[in-house]
Amino acid sequence: MKSLSVRNLNVWFGEGPDRVDAVKAASFDVASGGSFGLVGESGSGKSTILRAITGLVPTWSGDIEIDGDHVLPKRGRAFYKMLQMVFQDPYASLHPRHSVDQVLSETLQLHGFKDIDTRVNRLLDDVGLGAAFRFRYPHQLSGGQRQRVAIARALAPEPEILLLDEPTSALDVSVQAEILNLLSDLRTEHKLTFVMVSHDLSVVGHMCDNVAVMRDGEVVEVLGIEKMRRMEPDNAYTKHLLDVSLNYASS
Amino acid sequence: MTTETTNSRAEQSFREWLLSETPSSRRHARLAAAYKGWLRLRRNHMAMFGLGILVALVIIAAIAPWLAPYDPYAQVLSDRLLPIGSEGHLLGTDSLGRDILSRLIYGSRITLYIVTLVALIAPVAGLMVGTIAGYVGGWTDTILMRITDIFLAFPKLVLALAFVAALGAGIENAVLAISLTAWPPYARLARAETLTIRSSDFISAIRLQGAGPVRIITRHIWPLCISSLIVRVTLDMAGIILTAAGLGFLGLGAQPPSPEWGAMISEGRRFLLDHWWVATIPGLAIFTVSLAFNLLGDGLRDVLDPKDGKS
Amino acid sequence: MNLLDVEDLWVRFPTSSGVFDAVRGISFSLGRERLGIVGESGSGKSMTGRAILQLIRPPGRIEAKRIDLQGKPLLNASDKEMRAVRGSRISMVMQDPKFSLNPVMTVGDQIIEAYRLHNKASRRDARARAIEMLEAVSIRNPERVLRAYPHEVSGGMGQRIMIAMMMIPNPQILIADEPTSALDVSVQGQVLGIMNQLVQDRGMGLIFISHDLNLVAEFCDRVLIMYAGRIVEVCEADKLHEAKHPYTQGLLNSLPRLDEPKDRLEALVRDPEWRQQPSVSGLL
Ligand SMILES: Nc1ncnc2c1ncn2[C@@H]1O[C@H](COP(=O)(O)OP(=O)(O)OP(=O)(O)O)[C@@H](O)[C@H]1O
Ligand SMILES: Nc1ncnc2c1ncn2[C@@H]1O[C@H](COP(=O)(O)OP(=O)(O)OP(=O)(O)O)[C@@H](O)[C@H]1O
Ligand SMILES: [Mg+2]
Ligand SMILES: [Mg+2]
Repeated sequence: MKSLSVRNLNVWFGEGPDRVDAVKAASFDVASGGSFGLVGESGSGKSTILRAITGLVPTWSGDIEIDGDHVLPKRGRAFYKMLQMVFQDPYASLHPRHSVDQVLSETLQLHGFKDIDTRVNRLLDDVGLGAAFRFRYPHQLSGGQRQRVAIARALAPEPEILLLDEPTSALDVSVQAEILNLLSDLRTEHKLTFVMVSHDLSVVGHMCDNVAVMRDGEVVEVLGIEKMRRMEPDNAYTKHLLDVSLNYASS
Repeated sequence: MTTETTNSRAEQSFREWLLSETPSSRRHARLAAAYKGWLRLRRNHMAMFGLGILVALVIIAAIAPWLAPYDPYAQVLSDRLLPIGSEGHLLGTDSLGRDILSRLIYGSRITLYIVTLVALIAPVAGLMVGTIAGYVGGWTDTILMRITDIFLAFPKLVLALAFVAALGAGIENAVLAISLTAWPPYARLARAETLTIRSSDFISAIRLQGAGPVRIITRHIWPLCISSLIVRVTLDMAGIILTAAGLGFLGLGAQPPSPEWGAMISEGRRFLLDHWWVATIPGLAIFTVSLAFNLLGDGLRDVLDPKDGKS
Repeated sequence: MNLLDVEDLWVRFPTSSGVFDAVRGISFSLGRERLGIVGESGSGKSMTGRAILQLIRPPGRIEAKRIDLQGKPLLNASDKEMRAVRGSRISMVMQDPKFSLNPVMTVGDQIIEAYRLHNKASRRDARARAIEMLEAVSIRNPERVLRAYPHEVSGGMGQRIMIAMMMIPNPQILIADEPTSALDVSVQGQVLGIMNQLVQDRGMGLIFISHDLNLVAEFCDRVLIMYAGRIVEVCEADKLHEAKHPYTQGLLNSLPRLDEPKDRLEALVRDPEWRQQPSVSGLL
């Protein structure tokens, strides 16, 4: 288990008049073994925060610490062995010409594992797919099954922190329930720390202990889930979000 | 009788094994994918027709010495310019009394040689330049693409002529010249594909496993570019054969006694009015092979297009 | 007259292991209303939408007794006629917005081109209209988004760009396939507001495909619930929460709720019996 702390994170794209400040001075802490939610307006920089943590965007400033250690701008294998990410869109995150087996064994091989065969089978079991899916190609899988493969890939290096970018927004509700249950189980089983992005407050409410609310690149509020359930946020935008979502959930 | 039925039953179960939706090993999965592609290609009759012609061409080239009735270089001046259907000379003879059928058969070797070499050099060079430019971006991209633009700015045949003129006439130089003029479109195509692939999530995902650029380009980007390149190459093959023939025709490719088809047309054109078959028959051969490549390319497009990969 | 009538629609895919029926004989009509289609993944929602516009890729086949657009048969229309219909009378927002946008062209160029295809306008005017449209779907800083390439916009922005583009031809029918799945509730509300306005003011018909049952219950007038290529239930949207079919109830129960936390979500248990039940008609 590892804790994650983000201090004063700025992320920008482009230069001059085209410069976009996608994230402005964002700060939050995720306790070791905790589950942290990022919610907020579409385009507010949620995915960008996760991509900055993983080093997929080169232009950021600020301080990212894992268990008190600073994360260096150039991240090595050791970093990726500890921290992994699941992407927003299961239809785009698997190579169309690689079978499930290729995806998982390449990942294992890159991280220097030796017993690749047994591990692939175990990973598939872990995410509830089983060996029958091992040699399928993405186009032979439904959205939910693809997302399971993506989760298996993220679990392959046995990370301690898992970043999840809207893991269920492209999936229907029955599959969403299965994936969320699966994630809860994996979290207790593998002692993972979660950071989870979602635009669905009820999903975040179900999965997380603490939530950061984002708008236009800024974190406007960090609040505990109990406080959110009691509908007692301090910030007006959070209140607005909660009102709208409760409104239509109870219609 | 009984062995026959067991045979067909074994065949049946082999087919089922190939078509299985749940392959049981890596090899099985690869075989199954190839077999399904083959089935899809087989449904396209025109493509099968093209493939048939090309297979026939390869066989003809392989057994040319046994197939050809005469030595392609043997001159019998008394039998000059015999018409089609003459006794002993099915397709007639040329101005030096050489048997056209034999020359055509031997010429298929040269055509295949040119086509294979160009098909190996040009797309591979284009693929490397295009994917590196597209993936690395920045200055590398700008420089590589400006070079590509310079090559693209000249008409193909003119550029090839200039190269051959500089390097000297001959088949190897013709191949080199054609390859040098043929790669830029492949580089453009590969770069465009790379640009769309580069920003996709599955590339981000493999970067998150610590994979370096070489691995990403060769293992993750190439497989996605190759199918459109193969299609493009087969469609361009006709053009390549014609350019080679054009060089031969202008006397810059294969040199005179050699039975290269373009050179044969070139020799025959002097007699075009009175002895039309001398130039027309190699022309028909070029046309047939070009058409075959085009038909096959069209069929391959349907098989390899990843968007239709569902089924 | 109904805007659209579909009777006994089948979508079939011949595969190496037999014919797969993605849609199995469904019937429904669309008035000047908001018609929701819900169902689990793979139940044939998108195929239904695409079949109306004959956008099923071969070897897929469409079979139907009739598909009538305002009483005129669409089923045997020529390619040319279909293009005219697709361009201006029926628009469709595809499920995967980023796949539908050209990755090597800026967002602005794509919107402007689409606008000028349907309206006589100078580039300047088209650009101004494009900015207005992006503002209408509450995109901040539309000037910048116009210059951006599709991979430079967020998931939700991509969806809103597609919606803006589909409104351009002023269609009589809009088929929206999961148009808001990547949007937060607040922006979602605004986008739905725009669609709603088109239905109310211009009498457009809307087919709203979604897996979000709460949203459909709130937003639509009528709902078709699909399972395995058939319609298992048709109901008024505001009665969706009282739906009778165990499948619909199962879908509703698998939703997490902010106000009633629970440890585990209920996963849907499917009854093989449901596949065999005849399709319910959604004709008006
Ligand atoms: N590569 C890029 N180049 C330029 N701008 C970018 C790039 N990637 C993201 N952006 C911009 O950064 C901002 C935040 O995007 P991000 O994807 O983080 O949003 P998000 O909160 O995940 O939204 P959504 O919920 O819609 O996915 C957007 O304005 C987007 O246009
Ligand atoms: N080319 C194809 N060949 C065979 N089957 C196909 C093909 N395309 C789609 N299908 C199948 O058709 C069925 C219906 O697909 P459709 O896309 O309509 O589902 P959906 O209800 O939109 O699901 P989702 O919520 O995941 O988008 C699926 O089971 C799918 O596997
Ligand atoms: Mg996002
Ligand atoms: Mg769909």
